[in-house]
Amino acid sequence: MSKQSGSEIRYLNPPTVEVKKKKYCRFKKAGIKYIDYKDAEFLKKFLNEQGKILPRRLTGTSLKFQKKVSQAVKRARHLALLPYVTDLLK
Amino acid sequence: MLKDYETVFIATPVLSDLQIKEAVKKFRDFITDNGGEIVHEEDWGLRKLAYPIQKKTTGFYHLMQFRSEPENIAKLETQYRRDERIIRFLTFSLDKHALAYADKRRSNMSDTKTREE
Repeated sequence: MSKQSGSEIRYLNPPTVEVKKKKYCRFKKAGIKYIDYKDAEFLKKFLNEQGKILPRRLTGTSLKFQKKVSQAVKRARHLALLPYVTDLLK
Repeated sequence: MLKDYETVFIATPVLSDLQIKEAVKKFRDFITDNGGEIVHEEDWGLRKLAYPIQKKTTGFYHLMQFRSEPENIAKLETQYRRDERIIRFLTFSLDKHALAYADKRRSNMSDTKTREE
């Protein structure tokens, strides 16, 4: 024990160094200022399979645009362009 | 002061083409009679609804972009509510970004139309 003390730390498995890919807001990057509620196909990118809105922590959307996305999705749902609840969307 | 608006309504699928035109004309006239002006109109035709509304699974969608006095919007919406042919509607006021988008969308559509011809 006393021999191993020092700077050397041994791992059973080699430590995996994950390079985290930085998420970004696609609206800021692309310079989109308005999110259309009529474009259901585009809004589907922000929904999971059950038709729920994906959280910001998964999509990387900034707060400003997440609000607009959710507003647009809700409008699309009202007009029956998107379902409120479903299974196997996409 | 005129403001920019966009309205989409869904009419019941039981109507004939003529009756649809009549309903559309009614609302178009309502807007213009109250001092508004129609900027753009789109007929999306019969579309499948994402979920049933009043036990109907399809509906005729119609979109109108117009300029109107803000007081007339409430009147327009009462007209929608009173009309049995309309099963769903949405009126949306356009800000400058939305307006730019609407213009772009319109020019794109006319482009594709001319290419088809």
